[in-house]
Amino acid sequence: MEQKKYWKGLEELHNTKEHQEIVNNEFREDLPFEESESLLNATTPRRDFLKYLGFTTAAATIAASCETPVKKAIPYVNKPEEITPGVPNYYASTYAVDGEVLPVVVKTREGRPIKVDGNDLSSVTGSASTARVQGSVLSLYDSARLRFPTINGAETTWAELDKQVAAALAGLGSAPIVLLTSTIVSPSTKKVIAGFQAKYPGFRHVTYDAVSYSGMLLANEASYGKRALPVYHFENAKTVVSLGADFLGTWLNPVEYSKQYGTNRKIDAKKPEMSKHFHFESMMSVTGANADERYTHKPSETGAIALALLSAVGGAVSKPAIADKRLADGIEKAAKALRDSQGKALVVSGSNDVNVQIIVNAINNQIGANGNTIDWASTVSYRQGIDSDMAQLVNDLNAGSVGALFVYGVNPAYDYYDAAKFISGVKQAKLTVTFNDRKDETSELFKYAAPAHHYLESWGDVEGRTGYFSFIQPTIAPLFKTRAFESTLLAWSGNATSWEDFLKNEWITKLGSQEAWDKALQDGIIEPAQAPALGGASFAGDVAAAAAKINSAKKGGKLELVLYEKVAIGNGKEANNPWLQEMPDPITRATWDNYAVISNTLAKTFHTELGDDYEINNDRTVLKIKANGKELSLPLLILPGIHPEVVAIAVGYGRNNNAGKAAAGVGKNAYPFVSYNGQTFDYFAPEATVEKTSEVAQIGVTQTHNSYEGRPIVKETTLEEFLKNPKEVNEDRKELEKYGKDFRTDGTLYPDIHHYQGIKWGMSIDLNTCFGCGACTIACQAENNVSVVGKEQVIKAHEMHWLRIDRYFSGDENNPEVVFQPMLCQHCDNAPCENVCPVAATNHSSEGINQMAYNRCIGTRYCANNCPYKVRRFNWRDWNGADSFENNLYDVAGMNDSLTRMVLNPDVVVRSRGVMEKCSFCVQRLQDAKLTAKKAGRPMKDGEAKTACQVACAADAIVFGNINDKESRIAKLRNEEQTDRLYYVLEETHTLPSVNYLAKIRNKAAEPKAKAHGEEAHHEEAAKHEA
Amino acid sequence: MYRRVSILMRKHFVSVLVLCVAMIASMSVQAADPGKGKALFQQNCASCHNVHKKVTGPALKGVEERWSDKKLLHQWIHNSGSVIASGDPYAVNLFNEYSKQAMPAFPSFSDEDIDNILAYIADEATKGGATTTTDAGGQTGAGTTGAGEEGGNNSLLFGIITLILAVVALILMQINSSLNKLAADKDGVATPEPVPFYKNKAYIALVILLLFIVGGYYTINGAIGLGRQKDYMPEQPIFYSHKVHAGINQINCLYCHAGAEKSKHAMIPSENICMNCHKTISEYSGKYELFTAEGKKVNGTAEIQKLYDAVGWDKNSQKYTKPGKPIEWTKIHNLPDHVYFNHSQHVVAGKQQCQTCHGAITKMDEVHQFAELSMGWCVNCHRTTKVQFADNKYYSIFEEFHKQVKEGKIDSVTVEMVGGTECQKCHY
Repeated sequence: MEQKKYWKGLEELHNTKEHQEIVNNEFREDLPFEESESLLNATTPRRDFLKYLGFTTAAATIAASCETPVKKAIPYVNKPEEITPGVPNYYASTYAVDGEVLPVVVKTREGRPIKVDGNDLSSVTGSASTARVQGSVLSLYDSARLRFPTINGAETTWAELDKQVAAALAGLGSAPIVLLTSTIVSPSTKKVIAGFQAKYPGFRHVTYDAVSYSGMLLANEASYGKRALPVYHFENAKTVVSLGADFLGTWLNPVEYSKQYGTNRKIDAKKPEMSKHFHFESMMSVTGANADERYTHKPSETGAIALALLSAVGGAVSKPAIADKRLADGIEKAAKALRDSQGKALVVSGSNDVNVQIIVNAINNQIGANGNTIDWASTVSYRQGIDSDMAQLVNDLNAGSVGALFVYGVNPAYDYYDAAKFISGVKQAKLTVTFNDRKDETSELFKYAAPAHHYLESWGDVEGRTGYFSFIQPTIAPLFKTRAFESTLLAWSGNATSWEDFLKNEWITKLGSQEAWDKALQDGIIEPAQAPALGGASFAGDVAAAAAKINSAKKGGKLELVLYEKVAIGNGKEANNPWLQEMPDPITRATWDNYAVISNTLAKTFHTELGDDYEINNDRTVLKIKANGKELSLPLLILPGIHPEVVAIAVGYGRNNNAGKAAAGVGKNAYPFVSYNGQTFDYFAPEATVEKTSEVAQIGVTQTHNSYEGRPIVKETTLEEFLKNPKEVNEDRKELEKYGKDFRTDGTLYPDIHHYQGIKWGMSIDLNTCFGCGACTIACQAENNVSVVGKEQVIKAHEMHWLRIDRYFSGDENNPEVVFQPMLCQHCDNAPCENVCPVAATNHSSEGINQMAYNRCIGTRYCANNCPYKVRRFNWRDWNGADSFENNLYDVAGMNDSLTRMVLNPDVVVRSRGVMEKCSFCVQRLQDAKLTAKKAGRPMKDGEAKTACQVACAADAIVFGNINDKESRIAKLRNEEQTDRLYYVLEETHTLPSVNYLAKIRNKAAEPKAKAHGEEAHHEEAAKHEA
Repeated sequence: MYRRVSILMRKHFVSVLVLCVAMIASMSVQAADPGKGKALFQQNCASCHNVHKKVTGPALKGVEERWSDKKLLHQWIHNSGSVIASGDPYAVNLFNEYSKQAMPAFPSFSDEDIDNILAYIADEATKGGATTTTDAGGQTGAGTTGAGEEGGNNSLLFGIITLILAVVALILMQINSSLNKLAADKDGVATPEPVPFYKNKAYIALVILLLFIVGGYYTINGAIGLGRQKDYMPEQPIFYSHKVHAGINQINCLYCHAGAEKSKHAMIPSENICMNCHKTISEYSGKYELFTAEGKKVNGTAEIQKLYDAVGWDKNSQKYTKPGKPIEWTKIHNLPDHVYFNHSQHVVAGKQQCQTCHGAITKMDEVHQFAELSMGWCVNCHRTTKVQFADNKYYSIFEEFHKQVKEGKIDSVTVEMVGGTECQKCHY
């Protein structure tokens, strides 16, 4: 098979001069000395030298001081029985924020939560999680949280607050009370709200989702009589067509869908089949990047595409004209695939337009999805907000007809499309109470602040899917003087029961006994004994009316704007999370910012200087974007694969200073570009203009960091080719046979290769099921105390992530294919880094781990220079206060205040300045698993030792274990199941990695073979540049 | 805070250990029953009972004679509550005497177990108990002290002799050169005026070289020792004597340091553990007198009172009257942050005795750091210590070593052989 050319960005594709320069430098910058003529010519007299020598020796001696500090050992007065210092406790709980539901298990040490992972008892999401779930433990220790109730911003007591609010409520008269919340997924919380309503009959509960799914809810009501979201079953779908629904990244509950979708993307010799995924979108999403066939369109065309698809699968609508030939062909292709897999197909759409969603429902009805891939017998509660309710509320507020406004978990002053109107409305309300966790854009307008607990401090229950319950229990005593939202509401409705008791009573009544409740809390979930049968629904939507409305919708202009959510930051509620801010976006690889994403074609129209080298240049031209009568200035970012006539901007940025140190001043708020079409919010603008300004701004993009200089490190093939000849993808491995029978021993002049008895750790990463979501990156960060470095340092290529997910493009510059490749230390058995360390700080263990002794490291960085995988990270600064000198600390976003430091994993040391670090295969977990087995006097079982990244992965792309154990999953995978797809990165260099990859297979027809666009081409171009 | 104790303690540790091993061995030879009983006693009873003295519970010497019926005694041990409920006068008296603190039930003991324990008690009772052990300890201590001092004297002696010999050699060399000169003068050969030795460049160079080597040696050793705290014996907020608790009263280490079996931390016991016994033991009435390292006499009862003050216990009303405060002990064994050490690994998997690293803790009033806790010290032990290779099924995966053991090529497997000296076993 010929080697495809992969590129991280246009600079690499066109191999520009600047690109060549930076790839030649492992470390971006020069040493921090000012190189001046006078310095170079200066002479150092012997006496000066001696003076400096003497002074520094004396200074170091005095500063070091030989006094040993006296430490205290302070035991408990009365040790809680369940706590053994040094041994973690695990509690089941549930992450339920803004409707995203994920049963979790929380690891606590000495009473403080340090890690959150999925609850593997859950059949819906298992042990998987998202970057945001992983980051939620850091949000607990967020120093920007409100620490006490306030009245007009001044601290008060709960008793005083209760008294004043009760008086104000009594004085409202007939003026209605409105509770504005994000989606509430807790049945008991809803009961508490109902109890409050019983006391105050004028009460109204409005649900508002910052990123709304109203269109779907209303369309489902119109089509099936249910204002609800169905349960999707991607695992039953052979053909998946997504019209802009980013179901692997941000759409509804991505972990659930990634898990389902992943089962059909796994492929081996025994099951040589996989689902086919078509994707239509404007901006490139994580889901789009994973599609087998991806087509771009302008956002105003979404309706037309849905109609064309419906017509092509046999729906009774007239086919609209689609000008773009490639797009029209794509629709035909997708329709054919849908028809061919009748009853095993699924269409989803990310549009918030009721009419588009009705058409999508019609398509699903046509292809027999209902009852097969869409379950209407159960529904999910993930989003419940209806946009018109919110718009009505804002009107009521401005009309002065709302007496009291309570907000909980929403921030409309920031994320409502017409925030100014909301703000003016709030001023009309007589009583304003906020339950938000911080003094955010909305809370600062409110008189009373009654801050609620973080979910890790709370009690609660969740019903994500009908009949699938999960529970929230506190894992730490409240850090601050906060109170559960429900407790407050119960108190104000005159109910003396505490929220904890209320919940307990509810469930003991439901379950029958205290024991059953204890068991439920311990498990964290209650699921039906048998998965309920899927139910269909009869479609009763008015297709003709919807089609008419779509056809009469405003046509797009020359340039269109689309808003999207980033995988890490989402709608912006968790923007004050340094881990999430620093996570490189899976697609743009940018951190700490939002920006105007445009295609290279569009970028070139602004300025002649813009072009391929732009990727390397950190100074980005700022564009002024105008749409819907609003304007915003943002730096531009070029992304291959975005529609050439589209500008995309991420929401969730531009929070104000009260949101916290990490969120403040990062990016700009794009929510004002949202518009209201009288029924739902539109997250796009059909007409936008973009102007170039003379300003420049910097974006911390990691795309150009750690270049492989065009070496072949990704292998992929198409399903057709794979079925024809499964061995073809690894044909180049035959080259290795030249060296002898066994490349491991014969491929080297030094035959003394490590020999392992007992344990030899190994990892396998399946490129087919890695969707690039980044959950593993944050899981690794949480587990291993990986430092946050901040935007300024990311620009200098100093980011510290031990596990990065490289995103490669290949093929057509405008419609590229994408591969995600998680890259971490490969734990080579013949490691290039080990040989060059002058102090043997990095060496090999008898279990095959390339170990790093931080305290031995003197920071020569030879190892990083010699690592072909570029996975070693150097501590350029003291990020964690691990140095002896306090002033060395380089604190980013308050990661080092004593509250935030509680998140550190006490089993992993924090690294000081000047040492190298890298992935350790989570050695602390491996040691712990071994010790458990040793103490029990039995051999270690497969699956007992798991790395943090492996646990977090929704699609089970990472398999880890002892390859010496022939019964282990990893050994079976390597020796039997995946022998065809298995390869090692840069295997030919005889580094003998412990991490293998499984070649990516795209479900599409074989491509006509082109001439290899390899090294020769590189040289030619390089020569051209020199000339 | 840094008080040096006699380095001799660790010097005679080996001999004490040998003595202990010998004692245990001799005991196990004597009779099988008391041997088993001893283990049971130490695990279950020793935290509240002593054979010779009244502690939380009564002294157990002669316990069999005190009970009218052996069956009743068995029942008492199985479940004391049931005997009290039955109204047996002796049992009720006993219960009242010990401020109505019921003895915990031991339903899992078989009758044979109880007999073993009773046999051990009877055995101990005839031996006379703690006094003999302390005496023995004292004697061995004295013996090795002498040896230690001799060792010190010897090196001094050698030093003096070396010095004398060096001076003699110098004088001889001077004489030799003078004689040579005389001989030359006699022969009429002209020789230059001799240079005095302190101006002789060869001598000066030699002395400088010597100073450099000796000075370098001490500087480097001193630098290596920075931050190490061997023999560190800080003054603690309460004069807690391990000798009284673990030595004389034979309380099992793990009763208080329960974490040593479960966790990386051995755990400084929380105050409620202290109060399990000290609710009833409010004064120190032991024959053994307590002294600080400086030789100041310590009032044991006053020290117990300090515990009561911390936990807020009123010994007169037998109630907690104030909220408890934690006791701020000074930490003696400090490992750097970049070292991962797990007690349970060494105690449970490695089956190491506490004393291996902590020294003769049962003889220490105030605890000092026995071992160096340096990396060299750890690694040396890992090089020589054998793992439970045959007994622990975890090691079954090391097939090659098993084969070699079978073939007789090796007789055992050390920690080092299974990777116990690699960096990332302790540093991560």
